[in-house]
Amino acid sequence: MDWQALNISLSLAALSALILTPVGVIAARHLAWKQTRGRSVTQALIALPLVLPPTVLGLFLLLAFSDYLATGLLFAKLGGQPLVFSFEGILAASLIFNIPFIVQPMQRGFETIPRSLREAAWCSGLSAWQTFWKVELPLAWPGVAAAIVLTMAHTMGEFGVVLMVGGNLAGETRTLSIAIYDQTQALDIKGAALMSALLVMSSFAATILIYTLTGRLERRSAR
Amino acid sequence: MPADSLRVRLEQAGPIPLDATLECGADEILVIVGPSGSGKTTLLRAISGLYTPKSGKVICNGTTWLDTQAQICLPPQRRPLGMVFQHYALFPHLTARQNVMIALAGGSAKDKRTRAEALLQAAHIGGLDERYPHQLSGGQQQRVALARALARDPEALLLDEPFSAIDQQTRRKLLRELVALKRRLRRPIIHVTHDLNEARRIGDKLCIVHRGKTLQTGAPDEVMNRPADAQTAHLAGHYNVYACQVLWHNHEEKKTWIQWDGHALETRYRPEFKPQTEADWVIPPENVILHRRDRPSQGERENPLQGRIVEFTPLGETTWMALAVDENKLIHLSTPTHVARRNQLDEGVELTVSLLAEGIHLMEKKPRS
Repeated sequence: MDWQALNISLSLAALSALILTPVGVIAARHLAWKQTRGRSVTQALIALPLVLPPTVLGLFLLLAFSDYLATGLLFAKLGGQPLVFSFEGILAASLIFNIPFIVQPMQRGFETIPRSLREAAWCSGLSAWQTFWKVELPLAWPGVAAAIVLTMAHTMGEFGVVLMVGGNLAGETRTLSIAIYDQTQALDIKGAALMSALLVMSSFAATILIYTLTGRLERRSAR
Repeated sequence: MPADSLRVRLEQAGPIPLDATLECGADEILVIVGPSGSGKTTLLRAISGLYTPKSGKVICNGTTWLDTQAQICLPPQRRPLGMVFQHYALFPHLTARQNVMIALAGGSAKDKRTRAEALLQAAHIGGLDERYPHQLSGGQQQRVALARALARDPEALLLDEPFSAIDQQTRRKLLRELVALKRRLRRPIIHVTHDLNEARRIGDKLCIVHRGKTLQTGAPDEVMNRPADAQTAHLAGHYNVYACQVLWHNHEEKKTWIQWDGHALETRYRPEFKPQTEADWVIPPENVILHRRDRPSQGERENPLQGRIVEFTPLGETTWMALAVDENKLIHLSTPTHVARRNQLDEGVELTVSLLAEGIHLMEKKPRS
């Protein structure tokens, strides 16, 4: 059991969820309620990481973070060190490949709130901020929570993008899924199996939770 | 108009056409009536700030809520009004009491709780404070919505078809309560409905709306019995609307004569209509009087007309009939069902009716909007 890898995976999952949650809420509310031009393009861009092979996304991110391109130099200047082969690098990659996982369930959550409820809140004197906390979030929370769980579970299991951008540096970029690959290569099947079992269990628990939460949303919109 | 009234002027060509003038005093219920899609809800939304028209003015209690020329447009939060939405829009995750508490401003949580309970009590729904909206009936939800609307101590109350999904018995009760509330509240109340009977019963003023345009406003009986033009007459639920030519005025007997489809008809005295001009006329069905079949009475009453019954629909105590005069003009009338039976009326039967002259209302000919 590679405890260091588990620690990195958990940190990566927690930080990704923490940073992405507010971004997801803003994007999801916008997509759920605003009929803007270019909405399909925006939705397609958000869903893109779902359909792209992880190696393709990984390669582009690697290029973007490397010193071949101005972006990489800029990131390095801002962060004090290059993003490639660093924890910050895989965190940045994680934020990008998790966008559909955070936005889509949240969007479903906010879409279940009828416009009249928000209007009723405004006509009851509630500011936009109060409406968010007292009406929108309590109604959309199953979607928001499902998005957070899904993002964390997906981060725990992501392999391709992390390997492309971060490589396999123990204590820095070696996540649980990379450690499993590593130990399998080294024919340490027992260690790999133990970590895989852990991932299976945590993923199963997360999936049950997601279905329970989305079930709540469906029941509410049916009522 | 006194200062504590609500005055509204809205105008725009599109996307939703609006051409509306509304005035509602502090002790009045103004009922806006119109068919589905006539822009009634848009009018309320514009008053409440949920919709901003291209041009308009909304003044309530001396405060300007909207003045597009002066670029004043207060958001809904800053317009102290109470709104009851069509399907109530109660917050499903909150109990009845919490639904009211959320709209209360100022005071401690305990104070808000007490005030919310008092409002629910006043809305005759005390004791159900802890229920969630889905555990309440339509009528109960409506009461919670009303309590919530009153929680802001509103300067005007707007009701968007609040009784549309409620059974007849509860509806009658709620209508009585609304009239009682008006006396207690002493604030302008604007009530939107497509139900003409409801409008007639509770409105101090009635306003007919079509395609966002306020066609006629006035006392309910005035608007219903004396519509301004043919279109308003149709919207006010009249079937017997026809075109005619004004013939002459009998100034001694105070009668006006018109020519309708080859018949000269005597009407209520309306000297403002010039002879030899085109006009429209309407007669409410209750002013079409049946002649007894066993005792022909040709000429004994005003405006006798003969025709054949082409539609005969008993609806409980009253029976609706359509009489074809000269084969192509239909006159609708209603009669107590027992009278229809006694006279052996049915489809195909020949019948004579009288159009009461006082019941014939002449209207200026206007192009339809």
